[in-house]
Amino acid sequence: MRIFDPHIHMTSRTTDDYEAMHAAGVRAVVEPSFWLGQPRTSPQSFTDYFDALLGWEPFRAAQYGIAHHCTLALNPKEANDPRCTPVLAELPRYLLKDQVVAVGEIGYDSMTPAEDAALEAQLQLAADHGLPALVHTPHRDKLQGLRRTVQMVRACALDPERVLLDHLNETTVREAKDSGAWLGFSVYPDTKMDEARMVEVLRAYGPEKVLVNSAADWGRSDPLKTAKVGEAMLRSGFGEDDVDLVLWRNPVAFYAQSGRLRLDTPAAGATFEGNSILRGTPGAPDVPAPVGS
Amino acid sequence: MTTVPARHDTPADTGAPGLPPGLDGPARAWLADALTEAARAAQAEADPGGTWQIRFAEAGRRCGPGHADAARVELLAAARPGVADLTALYRQGTAAERRAVLLALGRLEPAAAEGLALVEDALRTNDTSLVAAALGPYAAAHLPAHAWRHGVLKCLFTGVPVAAVAGLSARARGDGELGRMLRAYAAERTAAGRPVPHDLTRVLALTEEP
Repeated sequence: MRIFDPHIHMTSRTTDDYEAMHAAGVRAVVEPSFWLGQPRTSPQSFTDYFDALLGWEPFRAAQYGIAHHCTLALNPKEANDPRCTPVLAELPRYLLKDQVVAVGEIGYDSMTPAEDAALEAQLQLAADHGLPALVHTPHRDKLQGLRRTVQMVRACALDPERVLLDHLNETTVREAKDSGAWLGFSVYPDTKMDEARMVEVLRAYGPEKVLVNSAADWGRSDPLKTAKVGEAMLRSGFGEDDVDLVLWRNPVAFYAQSGRLRLDTPAAGATFEGNSILRGTPGAPDVPAPVGS
Repeated sequence: MTTVPARHDTPADTGAPGLPPGLDGPARAWLADALTEAARAAQAEADPGGTWQIRFAEAGRRCGPGHADAARVELLAAARPGVADLTALYRQGTAAERRAVLLALGRLEPAAAEGLALVEDALRTNDTSLVAAALGPYAAAHLPAHAWRHGVLKCLFTGVPVAAVAGLSARARGDGELGRMLRAYAAERTAAGRPVPHDLTRVLALTEEP
């Protein structure tokens, strides 16, 4: 089983996770920029974070044979904080970077006018930079949020083909599918979707344009949920080709629209700006062989 | 030398204004001094040393975690900082200090523009103690309907008992839009095969009262 996790926050995870993910078949990830749990207070703390998503984190991933790309944006929650919104002016220079495969996560949290403005501006930034957009749908008042998101997408310069609507569930999948966008599902231990429900949604709506992610982060989450959905699909009678479509070809097709997806893991350098992940013990981690070897 | 006084080793003294009940002797003496400093700062044009703000920061270790919120709220009530200082205390504060600022808003009644910025900041966090503290009497009086409804939903999402929401009955009663949001959330829980929180049913019933 080859797996592409199209939404995972690896900066919040350990090298043990990378190792377990590689063992489970994960060979590529996309890390969307998001809220860190602790509110940011300035655009500079965004730019340091963006630099980490473009520098240190791909280096870490490469040590474990995993290709790492990212999506950059001002997240919906912090779009409400006037101390953070100036980062919008910094985004254009970041959206030029090779490893940026979409603008995201953008979307709604509380559905405020400030969130409207940030979403609209960033959909336009995606169009201007030839990038697709990863759009988070809100956790509270979800269906209403999905509808407002779809309206905003319809009004923007981006084709729905270039939009991934994420964190969908049973109540939002129908209208999301009708919008023509790609359909993202986050599978969590307690909240969002679980494996069995994911299989039911795939049965009802088909695997076309469906992406499954772990959205693993600093909260209770599981970076192996993608693999677990693949196993649940096989147990429920889906074929290996369906699993490969959902867990690999669909995310590849969506993010390849950026023209920037590189799935050959670059040969891992021993250090990144003088730092290694080895903590001074040569060969300490059981580093898997790079992809293709 | 600044060892944390042992908890509950001195009979609690109660009754003095501004002092939370249950504080042991050393903590009680420390807080009484700190409140005097804070009251002096409230009288002064400026508080050059900001001594009471140092007391505000150290109140947790001085009074013990069980009394820290109450001690800090009393310090704020005594010092009556302006919105700029209050905002700085919140922004530079630990989660506990931020919580105290939120809990004190109802007594300090800062101008809505500045006070609500703090409430809204707290409602964006996922720290349940901040979410709960943000929905006190100040939010009940000033928070606009949309943000308040999202605050109530956030309580249901994060497991904050809605009993923490000040003025819940008065604001929820007859709120059709809140009712719609609650019914949609209940439908989502049901579709996921998950139980509908008891608190949701309770608030929904309130929205259906005339």
